[in-house]
Amino acid sequence: MAMKRPNRRGFLKGGVALAGLATEGGQLLHGQTQGMPPKKIDELIAYGERSHFVTSIRVPVAERHSPDEFGLTFHVLTPLQDSFGIITPSSLHYTATHRGAFVPDIDPREHRLMIHGMVDRPLVFSVEDLKRLPYLSRIHFIECLGNRARPSHKTVQETHGLTSCAEWTGVPLSLLLKEAGVQNAASWIVAEGAEEVKGASSIPLAKAMDDCLVCYAMNGEPIRPQQGFPLRLIVPGFEGIYQIKYLRRIKLVDRYYMTYDDYGHINPDPKVAALTHQIGPKSVITFPSGGQQLSGAGFYEISGLAWSGGGAVRRVEVSTDGGNTWKNADLRSPAFPMAHTRFGLNWNWDGKECVLMSRCVDELGTAQPTRAEIAKYWNKPLDENLRIPGADNSVQPWRVASDGSIHNGLS
Amino acid sequence: MGFPRLLRILAICAVSQAAWTQSPTYGLGKTPAPEEVRKWDIAISPTGKELPAGQGTAKEGATLYVRKGCAGCHGATGSGAHAPTLISRKGVKPDPSAFCLAPCVNDANTMSLHSPFATTIWDYINRGMPLGKEGTLAPNEVYALTAFLLYKNGVIGEDEVMDAQSLPKVKMPNREGFALPPEWKHGEPRLQGYP
Repeated sequence: MAMKRPNRRGFLKGGVALAGLATEGGQLLHGQTQGMPPKKIDELIAYGERSHFVTSIRVPVAERHSPDEFGLTFHVLTPLQDSFGIITPSSLHYTATHRGAFVPDIDPREHRLMIHGMVDRPLVFSVEDLKRLPYLSRIHFIECLGNRARPSHKTVQETHGLTSCAEWTGVPLSLLLKEAGVQNAASWIVAEGAEEVKGASSIPLAKAMDDCLVCYAMNGEPIRPQQGFPLRLIVPGFEGIYQIKYLRRIKLVDRYYMTYDDYGHINPDPKVAALTHQIGPKSVITFPSGGQQLSGAGFYEISGLAWSGGGAVRRVEVSTDGGNTWKNADLRSPAFPMAHTRFGLNWNWDGKECVLMSRCVDELGTAQPTRAEIAKYWNKPLDENLRIPGADNSVQPWRVASDGSIHNGLS
Repeated sequence: MGFPRLLRILAICAVSQAAWTQSPTYGLGKTPAPEEVRKWDIAISPTGKELPAGQGTAKEGATLYVRKGCAGCHGATGSGAHAPTLISRKGVKPDPSAFCLAPCVNDANTMSLHSPFATTIWDYINRGMPLGKEGTLAPNEVYALTAFLLYKNGVIGEDEVMDAQSLPKVKMPNREGFALPPEWKHGEPRLQGYP
């Protein structure tokens, strides 16, 4: 990435207070190096930004670049290797679109949400209407079904970067559905976005009435355009495709509607069908992870994230010997239902080659499986060609080489 | 006297309770006009109940495929271009278990062979095509383009007319090739005993 040289004008304008401290060599006192932010100080007072020394960025998936030849955004990965705690900053939250999409520029004053179909009273809400209603804030992860580690992946951003976690604020969908009066014959909803392809998914009514939120805010501010401004449906624990961005319509129906996005998921095997939709228990070590470098033997803190679509994470275990023995990791954050949960483990590296892994158990007692356990379940050979049916929540190995470099254990 | 009176009071309470649960609590939101609902309602059921009047054939669709610019992204033959394959080359065996989401440039998995219902094709062309001019096709054009894709993939005959009655009845090759997920219940694992 090209380093932007400091702008002399900006430096003088923006750094009046600091300018007096500058030495001739461009070195500032207190150990600061020269390089003022390109924005004016009044802009930064109005809306802050991170230090220019912090350069962590999202990257598009390797299979299809974003923007593509049409200028469309497809799938963009969050830099989990640089993450702390459990909240993904909105600017770094992964994004995915149905087929590649332009980010729509929606005027929230014009935007409407229609609820209709098998209801007693079809209703149309403005964003202002929704903001007047009782709301909830919940911390939830969103993970794309395409979040699937491959041997060719080098970093945790590539293997697991299609999951992120944010605080979402909005009106319980059940409240809106009760306002409209759901008829007895309804069993599914079709939720639809306002972007050019009007992406739509069928969602079980039981889930819609349980814990879904019609959100207008994310991480304390209005949802960003890439994340669905002005309204996004949050379906906690379900795959990303259900979290309908630019939500404009909810239709109550009596069957699975087999929309384009539904049809892309279908499988003839009921067991595979069961392993999509709701995300299984999953965890990954984010430090040390692929592409990172240990500076030598000694103390390190192994850190990672665990989550489950079935509820809260109850326990995380870490292995430093390729899965032969497992130790209980410490939970280093609150364990919210259907949310990233941070774990850590004190570790003294002896400088020898080893393989690090993590696995978790959720509040339902469901455990994250290893690839070997999955291969055995499906009676498939355990090799690099193993394609895990349904959503991939398998254990991720990281190989620590004796020189301290970290590599994908699947390769 | 006292007992029937109590019953009457209870009956009144029950009626008002029912009225209360069936009426909205917050009174926000507007009632859309039926016309507004029809305009927005582009989700087509496998039963086809929302399909509008109109009709089209594969021959009309072949002309539209070129005229509306479909060939520009999907290729003149409907395969091998940078947008998803629409027409499978002859001899390619469909694989209904192959996972497929856009971009899906996969001969074994074109929509006409993979989707259990022809209504899905109509719905998607209507809502999402052509790229950059979504929602501009007239119902007749959507019927014709759907007929064209079904014909070119060997699902219907060249002269079969597709309309609101015939389209949902098309026997799709992958009609039985999908399983619904198990009924969703709060607090239950996705698949008992896995792995």
